Amino acid sequence: MSEPIPIVNYLVLGEAPHLVSYECTNCKARFFGRRNACASCFGSEFNQVEVATTGELRSFTIVAFAAPGVEVPFVSGIIDCDGTSVNANIINTKPDPEHVVLGMKVQLATYSMGADADGVEAIGFGFEPIEAA
Amino acid sequence: MSKQDEVWILGINMTKFGKYPDRDIVDLGAEAIQAALKDAGVTMGDIGILAAGNLMGAGGIGQMLQKQVGQTGIPVYNVANACATGATALRTAVMAIKAGECDYGLAVGVEKLAGAGLLAGANRAEENDTWTPEGRFGAVVPVDGRIGTATMPGVFAQIGMEYGHKYGGADFELFAKISEKNHSHSTLNPLAAYNKEMSLEQIMNDMMIAYPNTRPMCSANCDGAAAAVVVSGATLKTLSLEQQRRAVKISASILTTDPWQEACQVLPDVNTLTRNAAKTAYEKAGVGPEDLDLVELHDCFATAELVHYDNLMLCEEGGAVDFFNSGATWRTGRMPVNVSGGLQSKGHPIAATGIANIWEVCQHLRDECGNRQIEGAKVGLAHVIGLGSACGIHILEKSAA
Ligand SMILES: [Zn+2]
Repeated sequence: MSEPIPIVNYLVLGEAPHLVSYECTNCKARFFGRRNACASCFGSEFNQVEVATTGELRSFTIVAFAAPGVEVPFVSGIIDCDGTSVNANIINTKPDPEHVVLGMKVQLATYSMGADADGVEAIGFGFEPIEAA
Repeated sequence: MSKQDEVWILGINMTKFGKYPDRDIVDLGAEAIQAALKDAGVTMGDIGILAAGNLMGAGGIGQMLQKQVGQTGIPVYNVANACATGATALRTAVMAIKAGECDYGLAVGVEKLAGAGLLAGANRAEENDTWTPEGRFGAVVPVDGRIGTATMPGVFAQIGMEYGHKYGGADFELFAKISEKNHSHSTLNPLAAYNKEMSLEQIMNDMMIAYPNTRPMCSANCDGAAAAVVVSGATLKTLSLEQQRRAVKISASILTTDPWQEACQVLPDVNTLTRNAAKTAYEKAGVGPEDLDLVELHDCFATAELVHYDNLMLCEEGGAVDFFNSGATWRTGRMPVNVSGGLQSKGHPIAATGIANIWEVCQHLRDECGNRQIEGAKVGLAHVIGLGSACGIHILEKSAA
């Protein structure tokens, strides 16, 4: 059985799935994509750091109309993960303004996108509400 | 600024925005150019520089237009800056005059967009048989819809909702009320793509595109063009009294881009660059927001208009909801915003927008705006945002002549 593959290279799978980002060693600005120099301070040294897997929903939209092939409705959210802003779908809850609320606490969740012709499974991610017990 | 450095709008025109199935971008651009030249009282023979914008075409619109209205060998700058393209074209002409390269400049923006549907958010391509990481993020599938949204209505919905989260009070109904205002304003604008009054209920019950933006809360895709002739202050003094009286002073012409902010890689920051541009524009023009008689701002979505009240400092920081609820931004209010109907109802032929909004302000300053005239208007501001991002702000003043 081959290893599953993440939807994007900044999702790390395994026991505790999480997002990783480049972090400028000088000013700590974070970037999901590679940079030649830091967009904030122009420094050119970066470390790879883990992004917090829980956060607060700072903004969202419920997309009801999208390009052909994109399943709707879905919720796109901006999540403040302990100071690092992340864009992801809000999943595992109903896509309506009663269930998706500004300021709610969310956590990273992964899901299977199915297997390809070689039997390799792709794994996607989103953020789901942290249920109040 | 010394008299010599001043730049004025001598002539300006916008076509009616709407659907032109039988006319192409050259036809529309040429119509706007010839009308702007006539308005200015000059010909292509006077023009020393042409800056031309068109986003969705094949390129080279400036030279195509020269062949349609007059090929004189002058330098052409074909500019592209997303929704700030028109403002960028105008500023290019202004800079050429300030640099002393010529006395007269021409800027034009034209777009055919009717029926274009949703902008950005790529159609999903055929997927591979095997998961294959591609591109900068090693994505195994197109990510629009799987990792957030790339569509404009969704991006700007998040921008408005973020403001609501930060300051409170901004809900679906409030955003819909902003749209109600602009649709109402457009009933007085014969050049608007849409002139229909829409009730709050109609707006809220219309087709949802990206919550909280329903269809009438999104900018209207349409065709159109706008053009402006600019002139140096020194040259203007040699022209007729009538030309001097109708000329509109460009007190500030500012272009900014988005400086780095923590969240800008996941949600475009349309706030900081607008605030920066506004600050610089007020400073250059020597006016403050309280001096403005009208504002045309980039309401590409109802959710965007709200944040720009704040960014342009029309209200105190965080006070955009109360400011709107006070009625200030209706055409009868103390700070009329988008009396043209705005992008939601006048329409948004992308490259034309950044000159058409200046046309609207000029019409009021010249006291030629018919039944939607803001009485006694002396100073106005026109603002556009192109995602990516670019912000253009022009402050315009009535001639004292
Ligand atoms: Zn840095």
